[in-house]
Amino acid sequence: MAPVATLLLLMPLVGFLFVLVMGPALKEKVIGAIGTGVVAVSFILAVITFFMLLHRSSREVTIHLFNWINVGTLHVPAALLVDPLSITMCLFVTGISALIHLYSIGYMHGEKDFRKFFLYLNLFVFSMLLLVLANNLLLTFVGWEGVGVCSYWLVSYYFTRGSAASAGKKAFLYNRVGDFGLLVAMFLLFHHTHTLSYLGIFHVAGTLSPTVATLTVLALLLAATGKSAQIPLFNWLPDAMEGPTPVSALIHAATMVTAGVYLLVRMSPVLTMSPDGRATIAVIGGVTAFVAATIATSQQDIKKVLAFSTVSQIGYMVLAVGVGAYSAAIFLMVAHAFYKALLFLGAGSVIHSLDDEQDLRKMGGLAKYLPLTFPAFLVGWLAISGIPPFAGFFAKGDVLTNVFQHNKFLWALGVVTAILTAYYMTRLFVMTFLGTERFREVTDRHDPHESPWVMTLPLVVLSVLAIFGGIIDLPWAHGAALSGFLHPVLGYVPAVAAASTTEQWVLAAVDVLAALIGLAAAFTIWRDLKVGARFESKFFEHVWYWDDFYDATIGRPLTQMAVFDDTVVEPKVIDGAVTGVAVLIRNSAEGLRKIQSGFVRQYALAMVLGFAVIIIYLVARVH
Amino acid sequence: MIATTYAIPDVVVFVTSTMLILVGAVGVISVKNPVHAALSLIMTLFGVAVAFIAQSADFLAAVQIIVYAGAIVVLFLFVIMFLGVGYGSKSNVEPLVGQRGFALAGVVITIGGLIALMASSHWVTGPSSVTGTLAKGQGNVKQLGTAVFTTYLYAFEATSLLLVIAVVGAVLLARRERATTREMRDEVSS
Amino acid sequence: MNVPAAWYLIVAALLFGVGAFGLLTRRSALIMFMCLELMLNAVNLTFVTFSRTMSDIAGQASVFFVMVVAAAEVTVGLGIVVAVFRRRSSTSVDDLTELKG
Repeated sequence: MAPVATLLLLMPLVGFLFVLVMGPALKEKVIGAIGTGVVAVSFILAVITFFMLLHRSSREVTIHLFNWINVGTLHVPAALLVDPLSITMCLFVTGISALIHLYSIGYMHGEKDFRKFFLYLNLFVFSMLLLVLANNLLLTFVGWEGVGVCSYWLVSYYFTRGSAASAGKKAFLYNRVGDFGLLVAMFLLFHHTHTLSYLGIFHVAGTLSPTVATLTVLALLLAATGKSAQIPLFNWLPDAMEGPTPVSALIHAATMVTAGVYLLVRMSPVLTMSPDGRATIAVIGGVTAFVAATIATSQQDIKKVLAFSTVSQIGYMVLAVGVGAYSAAIFLMVAHAFYKALLFLGAGSVIHSLDDEQDLRKMGGLAKYLPLTFPAFLVGWLAISGIPPFAGFFAKGDVLTNVFQHNKFLWALGVVTAILTAYYMTRLFVMTFLGTERFREVTDRHDPHESPWVMTLPLVVLSVLAIFGGIIDLPWAHGAALSGFLHPVLGYVPAVAAASTTEQWVLAAVDVLAALIGLAAAFTIWRDLKVGARFESKFFEHVWYWDDFYDATIGRPLTQMAVFDDTVVEPKVIDGAVTGVAVLIRNSAEGLRKIQSGFVRQYALAMVLGFAVIIIYLVARVH
Repeated sequence: MIATTYAIPDVVVFVTSTMLILVGAVGVISVKNPVHAALSLIMTLFGVAVAFIAQSADFLAAVQIIVYAGAIVVLFLFVIMFLGVGYGSKSNVEPLVGQRGFALAGVVITIGGLIALMASSHWVTGPSSVTGTLAKGQGNVKQLGTAVFTTYLYAFEATSLLLVIAVVGAVLLARRERATTREMRDEVSS
Repeated sequence: MNVPAAWYLIVAALLFGVGAFGLLTRRSALIMFMCLELMLNAVNLTFVTFSRTMSDIAGQASVFFVMVVAAAEVTVGLGIVVAVFRRRSSTSVDDLTELKG
């Protein structure tokens, strides 16, 4: 298995290096083919690895690549850990990446930096795979940083646009704050367990004191909120929509933003040791889900709606982690990857057809012009709203059932969020595809055209997955499905097994009801844009003024401090000290200069006086 | 007391030489006219020569007169005449503040300390006759010659070289500038 | 019995002191050179005294060389004095202040 898994990891890197080395001489078609090909090969290798893993009795394989760090008591190898959790992540990461690479060939056609795009995208896939396959925290951190930096490059892909450059910087800075959390967690864990490898930590996780465990968990939570855009570090994700749509689909929907959840799930043995930590995680997740959903109801940009929707859905995943439903979180992660990628790619198709128009108020009535995009988007819409039997219903239902077992208030919050989810997605759907055509002035009177096959094929594939994805983990077959598969890694029995069948049916019914309420509300309100506009809120549209809050409390004071340093501290204190030394020396030298009078007789006198002093000393010594 | 411990002729010689030396020295430093100063210097040199003879350094006494008093002071006089230096025309006021006072203090302390040190260390110490014993009369020249031409041969050769260098240097220094060198120098400095 | 060495040594020391004082105090370059000669003579006297007391010829040999070097030094020194003072018509050492910092 070792060569297969290693190759799985390295294929995207090979693609990156090949395109990098071959230079700009390569044609678009070749770059696209190589970029997509290596990721597709990775996917196939992931499938092979998956089957190999199934046939083993011990589903925990460590593949040692080379010795990396050996300093004192710190031993960090470059090694991979292939187990159910990591292979699940690999499968959907490589699969969806391959589809999005294919889509990008069409979407990015004609861009002058086509090569750069595929370079970064391949590098990103490599970093993400490194993140999930690493067997220790430090190597994961390498992948963690790698995805962060690729995200920065890709978000500011159109860097000549000021807003895009700022958005990339913002994404990176928020991520950095989260990275601090991961570093603190690593320090704490190493200090108490003397190892950074997952298996090593899990062996001794039981010996961690509650305080240490809670601190570690909070640090990990900080890292997760940074990478997965939760409160308080979520503001970067909407801005990151400045990047091209395939980037938004891959990085900011399906893969990078799930890294935070992955980290928390991976560290579940440590989370088990800290009930307070888990409670905090759950609250953060639930509140984020709710807040983001409210914001999404009032956004005018199609991608921003989807961005806040992502924040909200990840909030659900974090909530699930908080109550200990780790496999439910993973299930939702996979299902969400399917339908969110689908929605983003569909939105990309819409944007592409309208010559890069993204404002919802300038869309409408596109259903008949986009015969392939429309049904795909429909499937995605139904999936995310939680309509059975699509994937979203089962995944979200799983999460909510588990939450119900632990905290009724959070469950209620989750249900309200579900209503809002259905509402804003329906609003999006109605404004884009149904109703009156408002796009005529944008497209210069000509009809929008459907996208080429490279773009519509991934849509079709993802639709199928969104429809049937639920079978990964059906409620009545947990043991044989994903939960059972992940169980040995997570060591926590899903609470759904503990819920009675009646409870499960009631909760399911509540979920469906919530979805239908949201749907119906949006349909009636948004038939007419003017009616709908009364239901929007400036407060929600401005992200609860969160950005302004950060600007006022952190941004502005820090900028003022920097200006102060630049104008006062730098020239007066620092330069002053340095110049002051020079001035001091110069002045003292001027003073000493007077000794050199130029009169030879005075110099001779000085010599005689010096000699006299020596004589006095000698005489004193003798007597 | 002195008369009974030491022979009278020796004491008389000593006193004479001392008088010559000290009066001459004071004269050098105090007279205004440089020619008079040169003459005082001659007096001091004679005094030193007498002291040399009293201490059995006959050859050196002769050399002292011939070279020092005879050549060096004459050279001084030549330069004085050559430059046409008149009376020490400057006033008696010392332009440098405190020079005289400090000089006096420094010199007094130095010499006083030196004498004190010598007194406390029994004036003369050390091994006797390391290089060669002293003899009187003719033996002195022979002995000095032997020492200079054998033990101190290297120093002898070096000093002879030094004399040649000195002569060449003096000629160069005192040469009147020719027109060409002056022109060249003016060209360079302009 | 000769006069004890101590007396000659004291005389030499005094001569040296007078020469040093003159060197520091007189402004004319020529007088300063003469004071220099006084000091050298004091040293010579000391050497000869030690030579006599310790019955060693080395002292007299040293005096021999001191005289040679003094002669050379006076030659060159006066040459310099002539060269310098040919430009200025004053022999005062206080006028040579190029070393002023």
